[in-house]
Amino acid sequence: MRWLPVFKKEMRLYFGSPVAYVVFTFFLLISGWFFSQIFLFYSDASMRSFMQPQFGQNLNVVDNVMRPLFTNMSVVLLFFIPMLTMRLFAEEKKSGTMELLLTYPVRDGEVLAGKYLAALALYLILLGLTLLYPGLVAYFTRVEWGPILSGYLGLILTGAVFLAVGVLVSSLTENQIVAGFGTFGVLLAFWVIGWGAEFAGGNLRTVLQYLSIGDHLEGFTRGLVDTKDLVYYVTGVGLALFLTLRSLESKRWRG
Amino acid sequence: MIQVDNLTKRYGPVTAIHDVSFNVDKGRIVGFLGPNGAGKSTTMKILSCFMPATGGTARVAGYDVFSQSLEVRRRIGYLPENAPLYPDLSVASYLDFVAEIKGVGRATRRGRVADVMERCFVGDMQNRLIGKLSKGYRQRVGLAQALLGDPEVLILDEPTIGLDPRQIAEIRALIRSLAGQHTVILSTHILPEVSMVCDGVIIINRGRIVAQGTESELVQQAFPSARIELRVAGAAGDVAGAVAAIPGVVGVQPRPARDGSVGLLVEAARDRDVRPDLVRLVTGRGWALQELHQVGMSLEEVFIRAVAGEQEPQETVPAAEETR
Repeated sequence: MRWLPVFKKEMRLYFGSPVAYVVFTFFLLISGWFFSQIFLFYSDASMRSFMQPQFGQNLNVVDNVMRPLFTNMSVVLLFFIPMLTMRLFAEEKKSGTMELLLTYPVRDGEVLAGKYLAALALYLILLGLTLLYPGLVAYFTRVEWGPILSGYLGLILTGAVFLAVGVLVSSLTENQIVAGFGTFGVLLAFWVIGWGAEFAGGNLRTVLQYLSIGDHLEGFTRGLVDTKDLVYYVTGVGLALFLTLRSLESKRWRG
Repeated sequence: MIQVDNLTKRYGPVTAIHDVSFNVDKGRIVGFLGPNGAGKSTTMKILSCFMPATGGTARVAGYDVFSQSLEVRRRIGYLPENAPLYPDLSVASYLDFVAEIKGVGRATRRGRVADVMERCFVGDMQNRLIGKLSKGYRQRVGLAQALLGDPEVLILDEPTIGLDPRQIAEIRALIRSLAGQHTVILSTHILPEVSMVCDGVIIINRGRIVAQGTESELVQQAFPSARIELRVAGAAGDVAGAVAAIPGVVGVQPRPARDGSVGLLVEAARDRDVRPDLVRLVTGRGWALQELHQVGMSLEEVFIRAVAGEQEPQETVPAAEETR
């Protein structure tokens, strides 16, 4: 597999331009803001329940701090990930470098793998930086690591689907703004599609619920790794990347 | 080394190239000559496996560009029109990427990159971002990436565009030095470039090949007879008749008279130089020789004739659509 040169080139481009730093900075700022607010609310609630034990409530720190944080981060990712993927193919097409890339002795699959893995690696670094938050919680109190780890696994998988959709949309256009908005639109649609389940009945309800991206993260944040959810994510990534490969290959015979 | 048979490419109703066939032997440098929009870039895009043809076949190093694209791509170096590069990479890191993707091993990569940077005169800018380079440097970085991996065949689309005269000379010398080990096909619309760099010429116009061969072959084809411009003063009597009587002269056309001088365009057989005979005739009769020179034997004349001669109406698209 000769995906490594493309991977390294994409990483150089992410870190050689302000893209990586801007995304990191703002993602950490926003998720840090969420974390501090949730954490303050939690400490306030635990104080109150200490004073009034009759209002006994669930004060598990993972349930009350990490779970809402995971959900909030996944919403923020909805906005950030399209910006990581939008340039991957669109920019190369626009600037003409795609012409050179496709005439090098690499398979289309290797080009795709290099680009996708680079975006995924950048995303993993971004998630790695947010380990600061559970670290802080663990510093102040005892935590169960199990649900935190499964929550991160859920975020990784959610991000992997977002990125795969982003790569697919980027391969379909040569306009980065179209790629960015297109990705955001598709992801948002898959996010809100589950809301329709409330008023739908029967099979449609099941289908809508299953399609909804957010619903699948829910289990992971509670420490529940369900095969049904894993299948959803893996299928999502697989399908998006397969279609990307088809769109790249079509260039070879369609012209 | 490059074998193109009946290659046709249509973009919807527009025929970019029509029934193009040519061969380029190993180690030769061939210039692809034509006005803008003649189909030069289209042909090169097909040869480099970037774009499929609508009909016909093209083989590079014995491999079909469509069905054995990967094998072809292992053996070519391609410089597209306008040298598209990544503006956010430095010259050295970009060339390192290209070397790696072309399969140059880790051990030799640094040396190879340094070598092409030196040959293309971009070494002094190796740590500069490509986006900050001038057009001439970018063009040469594009050429450097094509040379990486030591490909058998080089496909260069307007390699000297955007360079200053000194750089043009350097790059031409570089391309010239590739002859022998590398097969090069380059496109240009600068005529002297072909004379200086190429062994053979293919002239293309409106998607069709209108002439191909070596420069001297083309000149001979276009001008079967040599043409000499003659002007004498103080002539009395029938100058044209006397000139026509010289053996080897096949035609005499009058040119407008100027200040009492007589001008003639003399056509003579190629195998015999009639200029000494003309001088002897003029001096023998006591006329004053004002002008005597051979005209219209350059590639430029060939090109203008070939391109201007193709004024046929727009070809209609055949009913039977051949697609692959």
